[in-house]
Amino acid sequence: MKSFKFLIVGVVFGIIMYKAQLVSWFRIYEMFRFESFHMYGVIGSAVGLGIVFIQLVKRTKMKSIDGNAIEIAPKDKGIYRYLFGGIIFGLGWALAGTCPGPMYVLLGTGLFQILIVIASAMLGTFVYGLLMKKLPH
Amino acid sequence: MEFIFQPWPWYVAGPLIATILFILTYFGKNFGMSSNLRTMCTIGGAGKFSNFFNFDWKSQKWNLIVMLGAMIGGFLASHYLTDHSVVMDLNEKTISSLEARGFKNPGADYVPNEIFGWDAVMSLKGLIILVMAGFLVGFGARYAGGCTSGHAISGLSNLQIPSLIAVIGFFIGGLLMTHVLFPLIFP
Repeated sequence: MKSFKFLIVGVVFGIIMYKAQLVSWFRIYEMFRFESFHMYGVIGSAVGLGIVFIQLVKRTKMKSIDGNAIEIAPKDKGIYRYLFGGIIFGLGWALAGTCPGPMYVLLGTGLFQILIVIASAMLGTFVYGLLMKKLPH
Repeated sequence: MEFIFQPWPWYVAGPLIATILFILTYFGKNFGMSSNLRTMCTIGGAGKFSNFFNFDWKSQKWNLIVMLGAMIGGFLASHYLTDHSVVMDLNEKTISSLEARGFKNPGADYVPNEIFGWDAVMSLKGLIILVMAGFLVGFGARYAGGCTSGHAISGLSNLQIPSLIAVIGFFIGGLLMTHVLFPLIFP
């Protein structure tokens, strides 16, 4: 039962991502060409309401479902890792037209070719783990 | 019920995604999908090569379950909740720019046949494209410490400057690919 609630969250997430065409390569391409408001509307309204939710959690000192204090860890300080890592991610995002959530949604639709992208993303993660000490953060 | 089978507009999807963020926060977890790639590396034994992968992956089991759910969600939505006769309402300019690069029927499916079709995948060029793209996504997400969900949704919602820098980076990279490199890859 503890795990089941996460399965439901995932199922709902997958349905939203598919139904709003957020897992479509074409929507990403269109977004980067600034030819549609759709993606910006989704991200903008998600963040707008997200800010309200997170503030609500913090200001009411909301407890989590199992009664513990909810701690939202701030991101580590830095510039290089976010900028360089972000640019590298963006290059891949625009080419694959998919990011680490949508790739699983697409796999679920039966697009088995996406397994090549998933395996390569794991390889990229692995290589980062090997090189991380040599990279500016 | 008819609207379920139509494409969902942004003002439905955005607030629903924020609700996912809220529910996971209420469950005491951080919304971030790219962590699963690291977890799967750890399960595969990557800890032998780098300490980065030496962590208790069972603490991330919940996230793998969300990932599994996302796959099931994709299956259900595409098989049972979608009227596939409706063509994606892409901008005319988007369509013509792709047609000019040899892409046929943009928007007829969720992904272009020219990149994800078996013919493309089985060609050397097509395979290199998918491997490169996936590699960049995986490497970049971990280097930046998060992806679209971890930074653009969770991080920005928590007013994190590092996430803003990461999202600016996502867009620099994305614009560079779409406007400079993509035209070279698909002349």
